[in-house]
Amino acid sequence: MKIGAYFARHAQTFIGSLGRIVNQPFATFMTMGVIGVAIALPLVLNLFLQNARSATGNLNEAFDLSVYLDKKAPASRAPALLKQLKLRGDVAQVRLISADQALKEFRDDSGFGKALDALTDNPLPDTLVVTPSLDASTPRGTDELKAAITAMPDVQSVQLDTEWVKRLHGMIDVLRRVVYLTGGLLALGIVLIVSNTIRLDILNRRAEIVVMKLVGASNGFTRRPFLYSGLWYGLGGGFLALILLAIASLVLKGPVAELASLYGSDFRLKGLGFGMAASVLGVAAMLAWAGSWLAATRHIRAIEPV
Amino acid sequence: MIRFDQVFKRYPNGREALAGVSFEVGDGELAFLTGHSGAGKSSILKLIALIERPTRGQVIVNHQNLNGVKSGRIPHYRRQIGVVYQDHKLLEDRPVMDNVALPLIIAGIPKREADKRVRAALDQVGLLGKEKSRPLELSTGEQQRVGIARAVVAKPALLIADEPTGNLDPDLARDTMQLFRRFSEVGVTVMVATHDVHLIDEIGARRIVLEGGRVQDEGRPS
Repeated sequence: MKIGAYFARHAQTFIGSLGRIVNQPFATFMTMGVIGVAIALPLVLNLFLQNARSATGNLNEAFDLSVYLDKKAPASRAPALLKQLKLRGDVAQVRLISADQALKEFRDDSGFGKALDALTDNPLPDTLVVTPSLDASTPRGTDELKAAITAMPDVQSVQLDTEWVKRLHGMIDVLRRVVYLTGGLLALGIVLIVSNTIRLDILNRRAEIVVMKLVGASNGFTRRPFLYSGLWYGLGGGFLALILLAIASLVLKGPVAELASLYGSDFRLKGLGFGMAASVLGVAAMLAWAGSWLAATRHIRAIEPV
Repeated sequence: MIRFDQVFKRYPNGREALAGVSFEVGDGELAFLTGHSGAGKSSILKLIALIERPTRGQVIVNHQNLNGVKSGRIPHYRRQIGVVYQDHKLLEDRPVMDNVALPLIIAGIPKREADKRVRAALDQVGLLGKEKSRPLELSTGEQQRVGIARAVVAKPALLIADEPTGNLDPDLARDTMQLFRRFSEVGVTVMVATHDVHLIDEIGARRIVLEGGRVQDEGRPS
Protein backbone atom coordinates (compact mmCIF):
# COMPACT_ATOMS: atom_id res chain seq x y z
CA MET A 1 0.00 0.00 0.00
CA LYS A 2 2.73 2.40 1.05
CA ILE A 3 4.98 1.33 -1.82
CA GLY A 4 2.03 1.53 -4.18
CA ALA A 5 1.27 5.07 -3.04
CA TYR A 6 4.93 5.97 -3.50
CA PHE A 7 4.94 4.79 -7.11
CA ALA A 8 1.55 6.33 -7.77
CA ARG A 9 2.90 9.66 -6.57
CA HIS A 10 5.98 9.37 -8.79
CA ALA A 11 3.86 8.40 -11.76
CA GLN A 12 1.60 11.36 -11.09
CA THR A 13 4.56 13.76 -10.95
CA PHE A 14 6.03 12.16 -14.07
CA ILE A 15 2.85 12.72 -16.07
CA GLY A 16 2.21 16.08 -14.43
CA SER A 17 5.60 17.39 -15.48
CA LEU A 18 4.89 16.27 -19.05
CA GLY A 19 1.67 18.27 -18.97
CA ARG A 20 3.55 21.32 -17.78
CA ILE A 21 6.20 21.29 -20.50
CA VAL A 22 3.59 20.57 -23.15
CA ASN A 23 1.88 23.78 -22.07
CA GLN A 24 4.78 25.69 -23.60
CA PRO A 25 5.14 23.80 -26.86
CA PHE A 26 7.48 26.22 -28.60
CA ALA A 27 10.02 26.57 -25.79
CA THR A 28 9.88 22.85 -25.14
CA PHE A 29 10.41 22.01 -28.78
CA MET A 30 13.39 24.37 -28.95
CA THR A 31 15.06 22.71 -25.99
CA MET A 32 14.36 19.23 -27.31
CA GLY A 33 15.57 20.33 -30.75
CA VAL A 34 18.91 21.48 -29.38
CA ILE A 35 19.34 18.19 -27.56
CA GLY A 36 18.31 16.29 -30.68
CA VAL A 37 20.84 18.05 -32.91
CA ALA A 38 23.59 17.73 -30.31
CA ILE A 39 23.07 14.00 -30.13
CA ALA A 40 22.47 13.40 -33.83
CA LEU A 41 25.66 15.13 -34.96
CA PRO A 42 28.21 12.73 -33.45
CA LEU A 43 25.88 9.82 -34.20
CA VAL A 44 25.76 10.62 -37.91
CA LEU A 45 29.55 10.80 -37.97
CA ASN A 46 29.76 7.57 -36.04
CA LEU A 47 27.30 5.88 -38.36
CA PHE A 48 29.47 6.91 -41.26
CA LEU A 49 32.61 5.60 -39.59
CA GLN A 50 31.03 2.34 -38.54
CA ASN A 51 29.99 1.76 -42.10
CA ALA A 52 33.38 2.80 -43.43
CA ARG A 53 34.91 0.16 -41.20
CA SER A 54 32.58 -2.58 -42.32
CA ALA A 55 33.18 -1.46 -45.90
CA THR A 56 36.92 -2.01 -45.51
CA GLY A 57 36.05 -5.28 -43.84
CA ASN A 58 34.35 -6.32 -47.06
CA LEU A 59 37.51 -5.44 -48.90
CA ASN A 60 39.39 -8.14 -47.03
CA GLU A 61 40.98 -9.26 -50.26
CA ALA A 62 43.14 -6.22 -50.00
CA PHE A 63 44.94 -8.07 -47.24
CA ASP A 64 45.47 -11.24 -49.24
CA LEU A 65 49.07 -12.29 -49.56
CA SER A 66 50.36 -13.72 -52.82
CA VAL A 67 53.05 -16.31 -52.07
CA TYR A 68 55.22 -17.17 -55.12
CA LEU A 69 57.10 -20.44 -54.85
CA ASP A 70 60.56 -21.08 -56.12
CA LYS A 71 60.46 -22.46 -59.71
CA LYS A 72 63.04 -25.05 -58.71
CA ALA A 73 60.89 -26.55 -55.98
CA PRO A 74 59.35 -29.96 -56.67
CA ALA A 75 55.70 -30.09 -57.80
CA SER A 76 54.63 -31.71 -54.52
CA ARG A 77 55.91 -28.73 -52.55
CA ALA A 78 52.93 -26.43 -53.25
CA PRO A 79 50.17 -28.76 -51.85
CA ALA A 80 52.38 -29.49 -48.81
CA LEU A 81 52.89 -25.81 -48.10
CA LEU A 82 49.15 -25.24 -48.54
CA LYS A 83 48.43 -27.83 -45.86
CA GLN A 84 51.03 -26.34 -43.56
CA LEU A 85 49.68 -22.81 -43.93
CA LYS A 86 46.08 -23.89 -43.36
CA LEU A 87 47.07 -25.11 -39.88
CA ARG A 88 48.17 -21.63 -38.78
CA GLY A 89 45.85 -19.70 -36.46
CA ASP A 90 46.29 -16.42 -38.29
CA VAL A 91 45.31 -17.87 -41.66
CA ALA A 92 41.71 -18.13 -42.69
CA GLN A 93 42.02 -19.62 -46.13
CA VAL A 94 44.64 -20.69 -48.66
CA ARG A 95 44.05 -21.13 -52.36
CA LEU A 96 46.53 -22.77 -54.72
CA ILE A 97 46.95 -21.48 -58.25
CA SER A 98 49.24 -23.92 -59.95
CA ALA A 99 51.63 -22.74 -62.62
CA ASP A 100 49.61 -24.52 -65.34
CA GLN A 101 46.35 -23.06 -64.13
CA ALA A 102 47.85 -19.57 -63.98
CA LEU A 103 49.13 -19.85 -67.50
CA LYS A 104 45.76 -21.07 -68.75
CA GLU A 105 43.91 -18.18 -67.10
CA PHE A 106 46.39 -15.73 -68.45
CA ARG A 107 46.05 -17.16 -71.93
CA ASP A 108 42.24 -16.99 -71.81
CA ASP A 109 42.06 -13.49 -70.33
CA SER A 110 44.90 -11.70 -71.98
CA GLY A 111 44.35 -12.55 -75.62
CA PHE A 112 48.02 -13.39 -75.99
CA GLY A 113 47.09 -17.01 -76.64
CA LYS A 114 49.09 -17.50 -79.83
CA ALA A 115 52.12 -15.70 -78.51
CA LEU A 116 52.13 -17.78 -75.36
CA ASP A 117 52.00 -21.00 -77.37
CA ALA A 118 55.43 -20.06 -78.64
CA LEU A 119 56.85 -20.51 -75.15
CA THR A 120 58.39 -23.86 -74.51
CA ASP A 121 58.48 -23.39 -70.81
CA ASN A 122 55.87 -22.08 -68.35
CA PRO A 123 57.45 -18.94 -66.87
CA LEU A 124 54.89 -18.67 -64.07
CA PRO A 125 55.51 -20.15 -60.59
CA ASP A 126 53.04 -21.97 -58.39
CA THR A 127 51.19 -19.37 -56.33
CA LEU A 128 49.41 -19.61 -52.99
CA VAL A 129 46.83 -16.92 -52.18
CA VAL A 130 46.68 -16.61 -48.39
CA THR A 131 43.79 -14.85 -46.66
CA PRO A 132 44.64 -13.89 -43.08
CA SER A 133 42.12 -14.65 -40.35
CA LEU A 134 39.93 -11.74 -39.26
CA ASP A 135 42.03 -11.14 -36.14
CA ALA A 136 45.19 -10.95 -38.20
CA SER A 137 43.62 -8.60 -40.78
CA THR A 138 45.42 -5.57 -39.44
CA PRO A 139 48.48 -3.89 -40.92
CA ARG A 140 50.59 -5.38 -38.13
CA GLY A 141 49.10 -8.84 -38.31
CA THR A 142 49.63 -9.16 -42.02
CA ASP A 143 53.18 -7.87 -41.75
CA GLU A 144 53.98 -10.58 -39.22
CA LEU A 145 52.33 -13.21 -41.35
CA LYS A 146 54.29 -12.02 -44.35
CA ALA A 147 57.57 -12.29 -42.47
CA ALA A 148 56.73 -15.80 -41.28
CA ILE A 149 55.86 -17.05 -44.74
CA THR A 150 58.89 -15.42 -46.35
CA ALA A 151 61.10 -17.37 -43.97
CA MET A 152 59.66 -20.72 -45.13
CA PRO A 153 61.76 -22.86 -47.48
CA ASP A 154 61.06 -22.73 -51.22
CA VAL A 155 59.22 -19.42 -50.96
CA GLN A 156 60.53 -17.04 -53.58
CA SER A 157 58.66 -13.92 -52.51
CA VAL A 158 55.52 -12.72 -50.75
CA GLN A 159 53.60 -9.76 -52.09
CA LEU A 160 51.33 -7.57 -50.01
CA ASP A 161 49.97 -4.16 -50.76
CA THR A 162 48.92 -2.62 -47.46
CA GLU A 163 49.94 0.98 -47.81
CA TRP A 164 46.51 2.30 -48.68
CA VAL A 165 44.86 0.10 -46.07
CA LYS A 166 47.23 1.51 -43.45
CA ARG A 167 46.36 5.04 -44.46
CA LEU A 168 42.64 4.30 -44.39
CA HIS A 169 42.91 2.80 -40.93
CA GLY A 170 44.91 5.78 -39.75
CA MET A 171 42.29 8.12 -41.09
CA ILE A 172 39.48 6.17 -39.46
CA ASP A 173 41.36 6.27 -36.15
CA VAL A 174 41.69 10.03 -36.34
CA LEU A 175 38.05 10.45 -37.31
CA ARG A 176 36.93 8.17 -34.53
CA ARG A 177 38.72 10.34 -32.01
CA VAL A 178 37.12 13.42 -33.52
CA VAL A 179 33.73 11.76 -33.05
CA TYR A 180 34.49 10.93 -29.41
CA LEU A 181 35.69 14.45 -28.77
CA THR A 182 32.69 16.18 -30.35
CA GLY A 183 30.43 13.65 -28.68
CA GLY A 184 31.91 14.48 -25.28
CA LEU A 185 31.67 18.20 -25.84
CA LEU A 186 28.11 18.01 -27.09
CA ALA A 187 27.15 15.81 -24.13
CA LEU A 188 28.48 18.49 -21.84
CA GLY A 189 26.51 21.02 -23.89
CA ILE A 190 23.29 19.05 -23.33
CA VAL A 191 23.86 19.00 -19.57
CA LEU A 192 24.41 22.76 -19.56
CA ILE A 193 21.45 23.56 -21.80
CA VAL A 194 19.01 21.49 -19.77
CA SER A 195 20.47 22.90 -16.59
CA ASN A 196 19.87 26.43 -17.81
CA THR A 197 16.34 25.66 -19.02
CA ILE A 198 15.43 24.15 -15.66
CA ARG A 199 17.05 27.07 -13.85
CA LEU A 200 14.82 29.53 -15.73
CA ASP A 201 11.81 27.33 -15.05
CA ILE A 202 12.60 27.35 -11.33
CA LEU A 203 13.03 31.11 -11.25
CA ASN A 204 9.71 31.55 -13.05
CA ARG A 205 7.99 29.40 -10.47
CA ARG A 206 9.68 30.86 -7.46
CA ALA A 207 6.40 31.86 -5.80
CA GLU A 208 5.07 28.35 -6.19
CA ILE A 209 8.21 26.83 -4.70
CA VAL A 210 7.95 29.17 -1.71
CA VAL A 211 4.36 28.02 -1.13
CA MET A 212 5.40 24.37 -1.36
CA LYS A 213 8.12 24.91 1.21
CA LEU A 214 5.78 26.81 3.52
CA VAL A 215 3.42 23.88 3.72
CA GLY A 216 6.27 21.51 4.49
CA ALA A 217 7.61 20.23 1.18
CA SER A 218 11.20 19.03 1.40
CA ASN A 219 13.80 20.05 -1.15
CA GLY A 220 13.61 16.57 -2.64
CA PHE A 221 9.85 16.73 -3.06
CA THR A 222 10.00 20.19 -4.61
CA ARG A 223 12.80 19.12 -6.93
CA ARG A 224 11.06 16.04 -8.26
CA PRO A 225 8.84 17.60 -10.96
CA PHE A 226 11.84 19.52 -12.30
CA LEU A 227 13.87 16.33 -12.54
CA TYR A 228 11.05 14.72 -14.45
CA SER A 229 10.84 17.72 -16.78
CA GLY A 230 14.53 17.19 -17.49
CA LEU A 231 13.88 13.54 -18.20
CA TRP A 232 11.14 14.48 -20.68
CA TYR A 233 13.45 16.96 -22.41
CA GLY A 234 16.02 14.19 -22.75
CA LEU A 235 13.59 11.62 -24.09
CA GLY A 236 12.09 14.12 -26.53
CA GLY A 237 15.53 15.24 -27.66
CA GLY A 238 16.69 11.64 -28.07
CA PHE A 239 13.64 10.88 -30.14
CA LEU A 240 14.31 13.89 -32.37
CA ALA A 241 17.92 12.72 -32.74
CA LEU A 242 16.67 9.33 -33.97
CA ILE A 243 14.43 11.06 -36.51
CA LEU A 244 17.34 13.21 -37.70
CA LEU A 245 19.49 10.11 -37.95
CA ALA A 246 16.86 8.30 -40.01
CA ILE A 247 16.66 11.27 -42.36
CA ALA A 248 20.45 11.41 -42.65
CA SER A 249 20.76 7.75 -43.54
CA LEU A 250 17.91 8.10 -46.04
CA VAL A 251 19.69 10.99 -47.74
CA LEU A 252 23.03 9.16 -47.81
CA LYS A 253 21.72 5.74 -48.77
CA GLY A 254 21.41 6.24 -52.55
CA PRO A 255 24.72 7.98 -53.20
CA VAL A 256 26.66 5.61 -50.92
CA ALA A 257 25.30 2.53 -52.65
CA GLU A 258 26.16 4.05 -56.01
CA LEU A 259 29.66 4.91 -54.89
CA ALA A 260 30.12 1.42 -53.52
CA SER A 261 28.99 -0.18 -56.74
CA LEU A 262 31.53 1.90 -58.62
CA TYR A 263 34.17 0.24 -56.47
CA GLY A 264 32.63 -3.15 -57.14
CA SER A 265 31.42 -3.50 -53.57
CA ASP A 266 27.92 -4.48 -52.55
CA PHE A 267 28.30 -2.33 -49.45
CA ARG A 268 25.09 -0.72 -48.13
CA LEU A 269 24.70 1.92 -45.45
CA LYS A 270 23.45 0.31 -42.28
CA GLY A 271 21.11 2.15 -39.91
CA LEU A 272 20.85 1.89 -36.12
CA GLY A 273 19.47 -1.26 -34.62
CA PHE A 274 16.77 -1.33 -31.99
CA GLY A 275 19.24 -1.70 -29.14
CA MET A 276 21.29 1.21 -30.38
CA ALA A 277 18.16 3.39 -30.68
CA ALA A 278 17.19 2.48 -27.12
CA SER A 279 20.61 3.44 -25.83
CA VAL A 280 20.43 6.77 -27.69
CA LEU A 281 17.21 7.50 -25.80
CA GLY A 282 18.78 6.29 -22.57
CA VAL A 283 21.89 8.43 -22.91
CA ALA A 284 19.84 11.50 -23.86
CA ALA A 285 17.56 11.00 -20.86
CA MET A 286 20.54 10.48 -18.56
CA LEU A 287 22.34 13.63 -19.69
CA ALA A 288 19.20 15.75 -19.42
CA TRP A 289 18.47 14.29 -15.99
CA ALA A 290 21.99 15.20 -14.89
CA GLY A 291 21.48 18.76 -16.14
CA SER A 292 18.16 19.19 -14.38
CA TRP A 293 19.56 17.62 -11.22
CA LEU A 294 22.39 20.15 -11.15
CA ALA A 295 20.07 23.12 -11.59
CA ALA A 296 17.24 21.88 -9.37
CA THR A 297 19.42 20.83 -6.46
CA ARG A 298 21.25 24.12 -6.43
CA HIS A 299 18.47 26.60 -7.09
CA ILE A 300 15.66 25.00 -5.10
CA ARG A 301 17.85 24.90 -2.03
CA ALA A 302 18.51 28.61 -2.51
CA ILE A 303 14.83 29.55 -2.51
CA GLU A 304 13.57 30.00 1.03
CA PRO A 305 10.40 31.69 2.22
CA VAL A 306 10.89 35.06 3.89
CA MET B 1 1.74 24.35 23.13
CA ILE B 2 3.75 27.52 22.43
CA ARG B 3 6.33 28.97 24.77
CA PHE B 4 8.57 31.97 24.09
CA ASP B 5 11.39 32.38 26.56
CA GLN B 6 13.31 35.68 26.44
CA VAL B 7 13.33 35.72 22.65
CA PHE B 8 15.32 38.38 20.79
CA LYS B 9 15.22 38.83 17.06
CA ARG B 10 17.50 41.22 15.25
CA TYR B 11 17.38 41.24 11.44
CA PRO B 12 20.52 41.54 9.32
CA ASN B 13 19.61 45.16 8.55
CA GLY B 14 20.00 45.94 12.26
CA ARG B 15 16.32 46.32 13.10
CA GLU B 16 15.46 44.74 16.43
CA ALA B 17 12.01 43.24 16.02
CA LEU B 18 11.78 41.34 19.31
CA ALA B 19 13.49 42.41 22.51
CA GLY B 20 13.02 39.74 25.13
CA VAL B 21 9.60 38.29 24.41
CA SER B 22 8.20 35.71 26.82
CA PHE B 23 4.71 34.23 26.83
CA GLU B 24 2.95 30.92 26.84
CA VAL B 25 -0.11 29.58 25.04
CA GLY B 26 -1.65 26.39 26.33
CA ASP B 27 -3.04 23.39 24.43
CA GLY B 28 -6.36 24.12 22.73
CA GLU B 29 -6.19 27.79 23.60
CA LEU B 30 -7.29 30.63 21.29
CA ALA B 31 -4.99 33.63 21.54
CA PHE B 32 -4.78 36.86 19.60
CA LEU B 33 -1.55 38.69 19.04
CA THR B 34 -2.09 42.41 18.67
CA GLY B 35 -0.07 45.56 18.44
CA HIS B 36 0.83 48.26 15.98
CA SER B 37 2.48 47.26 12.76
CA GLY B 38 6.15 46.76 13.48
CA ALA B 39 5.43 45.70 17.07
CA GLY B 40 6.73 42.20 16.31
CA LYS B 41 3.60 40.20 15.45
CA SER B 42 4.90 38.87 12.14
CA SER B 43 8.31 38.08 13.63
CA ILE B 44 6.71 35.90 16.27
CA LEU B 45 4.72 33.97 13.66
CA LYS B 46 7.81 33.57 11.47
CA LEU B 47 9.73 32.16 14.41
CA ILE B 48 6.94 29.66 15.07
CA ALA B 49 6.86 28.60 11.40
CA LEU B 50 10.69 28.41 11.39
CA ILE B 51 10.88 30.91 8.55
CA GLU B 52 13.23 32.83 10.83
CA ARG B 53 15.43 31.78 13.73
CA PRO B 54 15.72 33.75 16.98
CA THR B 55 18.89 35.71 17.62
CA ARG B 56 18.67 34.73 21.27
CA GLY B 57 16.23 32.90 23.49
CA GLN B 58 14.13 29.81 23.03
CA VAL B 59 10.92 29.00 21.20
CA ILE B 60 9.23 25.79 22.20
CA VAL B 61 6.36 24.49 20.10
CA ASN B 62 4.57 21.25 20.84
CA HIS B 63 7.34 20.20 23.28
CA GLN B 64 10.07 20.76 20.68
CA ASN B 65 12.77 23.34 21.18
CA LEU B 66 12.94 24.92 17.74
CA ASN B 67 16.61 25.78 18.17
CA GLY B 68 17.22 22.04 17.98
CA VAL B 69 15.39 21.57 14.67
CA LYS B 70 18.03 21.27 11.95
CA SER B 71 17.28 22.92 8.62
CA GLY B 72 16.90 19.53 6.95
CA ARG B 73 14.07 18.76 9.40
CA ILE B 74 12.23 22.03 8.86
CA PRO B 75 9.87 20.59 6.20
CA HIS B 76 8.93 17.80 8.56
CA TYR B 77 8.35 20.30 11.38
CA ARG B 78 6.18 22.55 9.21
CA ARG B 79 3.85 19.66 8.42
CA GLN B 80 2.85 19.65 12.09
CA ILE B 81 1.51 23.19 12.04
CA GLY B 82 -1.06 24.96 9.89
CA VAL B 83 -0.34 28.50 8.77
CA VAL B 84 -2.74 31.02 7.23
CA TYR B 85 -1.08 33.90 5.38
CA GLN B 86 -2.39 37.38 4.83
CA ASP B 87 -1.68 37.12 1.09
CA HIS B 88 -3.06 33.54 1.06
CA LYS B 89 -0.02 32.08 -0.70
CA LEU B 90 -2.04 29.85 -3.02
CA LEU B 91 -0.87 28.17 -6.22
CA GLU B 92 -2.73 30.30 -8.72
CA ASP B 93 -2.51 27.90 -11.65
CA ARG B 94 -4.00 25.00 -9.69
CA PRO B 95 -7.61 24.39 -8.75
CA VAL B 96 -8.78 24.77 -5.17
CA MET B 97 -8.75 20.98 -4.80
CA ASP B 98 -5.00 20.74 -5.48
CA ASN B 99 -4.22 23.73 -3.30
CA VAL B 100 -5.96 22.30 -0.26
CA ALA B 101 -4.62 18.81 -0.95
CA LEU B 102 -1.00 20.00 -1.09
CA PRO B 103 -0.07 19.26 2.56
CA LEU B 104 -1.61 15.79 2.23
CA ILE B 105 0.21 15.06 -1.02
CA ILE B 106 3.46 16.13 0.58
CA ALA B 107 2.75 13.86 3.53
CA GLY B 108 2.19 10.96 1.11
CA ILE B 109 -1.51 10.40 1.87
CA PRO B 110 -3.12 8.23 -0.85
CA LYS B 111 -5.27 10.18 -3.29
CA ARG B 112 -8.64 8.74 -2.30
CA GLU B 113 -8.08 9.44 1.37
CA ALA B 114 -6.76 12.92 0.50
CA ASP B 115 -9.82 13.74 -1.62
CA LYS B 116 -12.09 12.84 1.28
CA ARG B 117 -10.19 15.02 3.72
CA VAL B 118 -10.00 17.94 1.29
CA ARG B 119 -13.77 17.88 0.90
CA ALA B 120 -14.20 17.77 4.66
CA ALA B 121 -11.90 20.78 5.08
CA LEU B 122 -13.68 22.72 2.33
CA ASP B 123 -16.97 21.92 3.99
CA GLN B 124 -15.71 23.36 7.27
CA VAL B 125 -14.88 26.68 5.62
CA GLY B 126 -18.07 26.70 3.53
CA LEU B 127 -16.46 26.22 0.13
CA LEU B 128 -17.78 22.80 -0.81
CA GLY B 129 -18.51 22.82 -4.54
CA LYS B 130 -15.61 25.14 -5.40
CA GLU B 131 -13.06 22.33 -5.79
CA LYS B 132 -12.50 22.95 -9.47
CA SER B 133 -12.28 26.76 -9.35
CA ARG B 134 -8.93 28.50 -9.69
CA PRO B 135 -7.94 30.85 -6.86
CA LEU B 136 -8.14 33.93 -9.11
CA GLU B 137 -11.77 33.17 -9.95
CA LEU B 138 -12.64 33.47 -6.25
CA SER B 139 -13.23 36.54 -4.10
CA THR B 140 -10.62 37.60 -1.55
CA GLY B 141 -12.70 36.16 1.25
CA GLU B 142 -13.03 32.86 -0.53
CA GLN B 143 -9.30 32.75 -1.26
CA GLN B 144 -8.66 33.37 2.41
CA ARG B 145 -10.87 30.44 3.31
CA VAL B 146 -9.07 28.21 0.80
CA GLY B 147 -5.90 29.14 2.70
CA ILE B 148 -7.57 28.21 5.98
CA ALA B 149 -8.80 24.90 4.59
CA ARG B 150 -5.25 24.12 3.46
CA ALA B 151 -3.92 25.00 6.91
CA VAL B 152 -6.29 22.63 8.71
CA VAL B 153 -6.60 19.78 6.21
CA ALA B 154 -3.75 17.79 7.75
CA LYS B 155 -5.33 18.23 11.20
CA PRO B 156 -2.43 20.06 12.85
CA ALA B 157 -2.43 20.59 16.61
CA LEU B 158 -1.43 24.23 16.06
CA LEU B 159 -2.93 26.77 13.69
CA ILE B 160 -1.37 30.20 13.27
CA ALA B 161 -2.72 33.03 11.14
CA ASP B 162 -1.13 36.30 10.08
CA GLU B 163 -3.66 39.14 9.65
CA PRO B 164 -6.29 36.77 8.22
CA THR B 165 -8.94 39.50 8.19
CA GLY B 166 -6.72 42.25 6.84
CA ASN B 167 -8.39 42.40 3.43
CA LEU B 168 -11.91 41.42 4.43
CA ASP B 169 -15.01 43.49 5.05
CA PRO B 170 -16.35 43.44 8.66
CA ASP B 171 -18.95 40.69 8.12
CA LEU B 172 -16.47 38.36 6.43
CA ALA B 173 -13.89 39.19 9.09
CA ARG B 174 -16.34 38.23 11.81
CA ASP B 175 -17.15 34.93 10.04
CA THR B 176 -13.46 34.15 9.73
CA MET B 177 -12.81 34.79 13.40
CA GLN B 178 -15.75 32.56 14.32
CA LEU B 179 -14.16 29.89 12.17
CA PHE B 180 -10.95 30.10 14.24
CA ARG B 181 -13.01 29.96 17.40
CA ARG B 182 -14.63 26.73 16.20
CA PHE B 183 -11.23 25.15 15.52
CA SER B 184 -10.08 25.97 19.03
CA GLU B 185 -13.24 24.44 20.41
CA VAL B 186 -12.31 21.07 18.90
CA GLY B 187 -8.88 21.16 20.55
CA VAL B 188 -6.68 22.97 18.06
CA THR B 189 -4.39 25.63 19.53
CA VAL B 190 -4.99 28.78 17.51
CA MET B 191 -2.89 31.92 17.45
CA VAL B 192 -3.99 34.83 15.29
CA ALA B 193 -2.02 38.00 14.69
CA THR B 194 -4.36 40.90 14.00
CA HIS B 195 -4.80 44.60 14.67
CA ASP B 196 -8.59 44.25 14.58
CA VAL B 197 -9.08 44.95 18.30
CA HIS B 198 -12.87 45.41 18.12
CA LEU B 199 -13.39 41.98 16.70
CA ILE B 200 -11.35 40.36 19.49
CA ASP B 201 -13.40 42.11 22.11
CA GLU B 202 -16.52 40.85 20.39
CA ILE B 203 -15.26 37.27 20.46
CA GLY B 204 -13.88 37.66 23.95
CA ALA B 205 -10.65 35.69 23.65
CA ARG B 206 -7.22 36.11 25.16
CA ARG B 207 -5.13 39.02 23.88
CA ILE B 208 -1.36 39.22 23.91
CA VAL B 209 -0.40 42.84 23.29
CA LEU B 210 2.96 43.64 21.78
CA GLU B 211 4.62 47.02 21.87
CA GLY B 212 8.04 47.79 20.40
CA GLY B 213 9.19 44.19 20.42
CA ARG B 214 8.08 43.48 23.98
CA VAL B 215 5.00 41.88 25.51
CA GLN B 216 3.03 44.69 27.10
CA ASP B 217 0.14 42.58 28.30
CA GLU B 218 0.07 38.81 28.30
CA GLY B 219 -3.71 38.83 28.61
CA ARG B 220 -3.80 36.50 31.59
CA PRO B 221 -6.20 37.36 34.41
CA SER B 222 -3.78 38.07 37.27
